[in-house]
Amino acid sequence: MWSSSLQRRLPRIVDMPRMTIVAGIIVLGALLVLPQFIYPVFLMKAMCFALFACAFNLLLGFTGLLSFGHAAFFGSASYISAHALKVWGFTPELAILAATLNSALLGYLFAYVAIRRQGIYFAMITLALSQMVFFAALQLPFTGGEDGIQAVPRGALFGFIDLSDNRTLYFFVLAIFLFGLFAVWRIVHSPFGQILKAIRENETRAMSLGYRVDYYKLVVFVLSATLSGLAGGTKALVVQVASLTDVTWQMSGEVVLMTLLGGMGTIFGPAVGATVVLSLQNYLSSLGSLVTIIIGVIFVVCVLAFRRGIVGELQARWPRRNQ
Amino acid sequence: MTTIFDLPVSYFGLQFLIGLQNGAFYALLSLGLAVIFGMLNVINFAHGAQYMMGAFLAWLLLDIAGISYWWALLLVPLIMGLLGVVIERAFLRWLYDLDHLYGLLLTFGLVLIIEGLFVSVFGSSGLPYEKPQALAGAQRIPLAMITGNERDMMMIPLYRLWIVAVSIVCCFGTWYAIERTRLGSYLRAATENPALVRSFGINVSVLITLTYGFGVALAGFAGVLAAGVQALTPHMGSNLIIVVFAVVVIGGMGSILGSIITSFGLGIVEALARIAYPEASGVVVFAIMIVVLLMRPAGLFGREN
Repeated sequence: MWSSSLQRRLPRIVDMPRMTIVAGIIVLGALLVLPQFIYPVFLMKAMCFALFACAFNLLLGFTGLLSFGHAAFFGSASYISAHALKVWGFTPELAILAATLNSALLGYLFAYVAIRRQGIYFAMITLALSQMVFFAALQLPFTGGEDGIQAVPRGALFGFIDLSDNRTLYFFVLAIFLFGLFAVWRIVHSPFGQILKAIRENETRAMSLGYRVDYYKLVVFVLSATLSGLAGGTKALVVQVASLTDVTWQMSGEVVLMTLLGGMGTIFGPAVGATVVLSLQNYLSSLGSLVTIIIGVIFVVCVLAFRRGIVGELQARWPRRNQ
Repeated sequence: MTTIFDLPVSYFGLQFLIGLQNGAFYALLSLGLAVIFGMLNVINFAHGAQYMMGAFLAWLLLDIAGISYWWALLLVPLIMGLLGVVIERAFLRWLYDLDHLYGLLLTFGLVLIIEGLFVSVFGSSGLPYEKPQALAGAQRIPLAMITGNERDMMMIPLYRLWIVAVSIVCCFGTWYAIERTRLGSYLRAATENPALVRSFGINVSVLITLTYGFGVALAGFAGVLAAGVQALTPHMGSNLIIVVFAVVVIGGMGSILGSIITSFGLGIVEALARIAYPEASGVVVFAIMIVVLLMRPAGLFGREN
């Protein structure tokens, strides 16, 4: 006899669309082999941004809240992580943990203020709050102002695994990335995630059903900020720099674009969007300010004609068997 | 010389004036944002970029065509208004049936395009703009009647005084046009209930287009004013617009007069903060926004829903 809990759990994995499983295995295999072919630092950076975008999507895609200040969590986490590694001599995992906690706390403060208003005001408030974090990053003594924190040592994982080799670091970052994505997947597919979707679809109705909407918004905001912090803290370890770029409002906008382009409301879409945007920036960087123009054009096109995003579009075209 | 906290009185006077001047810009920009939001339900993120374009347009007119500041004050808003009409017709109109957030995202994309274009043409360093001779000087004002000391004087730059005066006139004009004229009453009615106004035979679609054009023209006008006091850079607008967003949240977009008062008030508070603790002057508006949200979530002059 199956135990009842196992019985309930097993079919869930089996029921997943076969395409999702196949695609998942292919992507995982590719992630293991890719560092042989592509510069690992770029891949690691892409994974950090992919996690950032997926975490952001918890808010935009699954709860319907547009935060325009997520760079604050990503950027401040990279500062904390860099400072902990360089000045406090933390080991990498502790530095990232400290960065993640910082963003969780910051996320709580943001959410506490911002959930008092809805829609467009929510976006403007988060933007204004993140601008405060930007000024803090510019003026606090430990952040190095315009220069940022440079030459951050990577240290040794748990005190004995040297991370200065890109290959070794790659697998550490991959583990963090997969953990982060699993967390997002788990949140979305939990009863909690169902309530978030209810709030997205009809906030008043969710409220009338007895759900404390503000409480759920607060929790998901903190979760999203925490995972963004995880991504930001890891990024500082990878590129060995914490700079002002990651706390600017342009970065907050970029993560919106990644999510929109990949497909908001899909779990892995934002990761795809992040990879596309980052590749564009990487391979077209010789074009200078033209890259900004191209990204702006993509943004406008996405909003006008391509609102489902890449993954959303694929899902819509693929015939669904089970549902 | 009379001093307060070891600073001369004239220093306070000057800071106060700079505060008023910043408030004037906040007022012009937040007014445009509020008018656009009321009619289109779109938060115009490109407002800052359009303000920047106004300033650059004034510079181009003077530098290439030799058109003076006074004509620029008239021409730039017209050109920017036309551009606004084009943007509304080409992009924004397709988004009215969707969530309001898409309007914000679209205009954000426009900001990236516009700023990218200006950086690639003009570079990131500032361009100087020569303000007109008539406004270049400074006025010496005795402060004896306030302090009772004959030696207290302050120099008031005429141009800053001019900005404050023009902004007040402009804001009052907008308030009058919207609250006291027939066209304004159509506008307010269409904001409340577009379907009903349409059924009275008023072309709401054109009204919406003109409203956006007017808002953009206002931003362009503010840009021309700004050209005289600061170096022109492609990013001059986006830094300002975020503060203006906070101003709008503090004031609430419900009342025009309310947003004008909030703007000038915050400009002055910011100036006082700059005297007391210069490092904090960049964030004081945001800090006030937090306090207001905690105490009055709808904003000082806003109405719930």
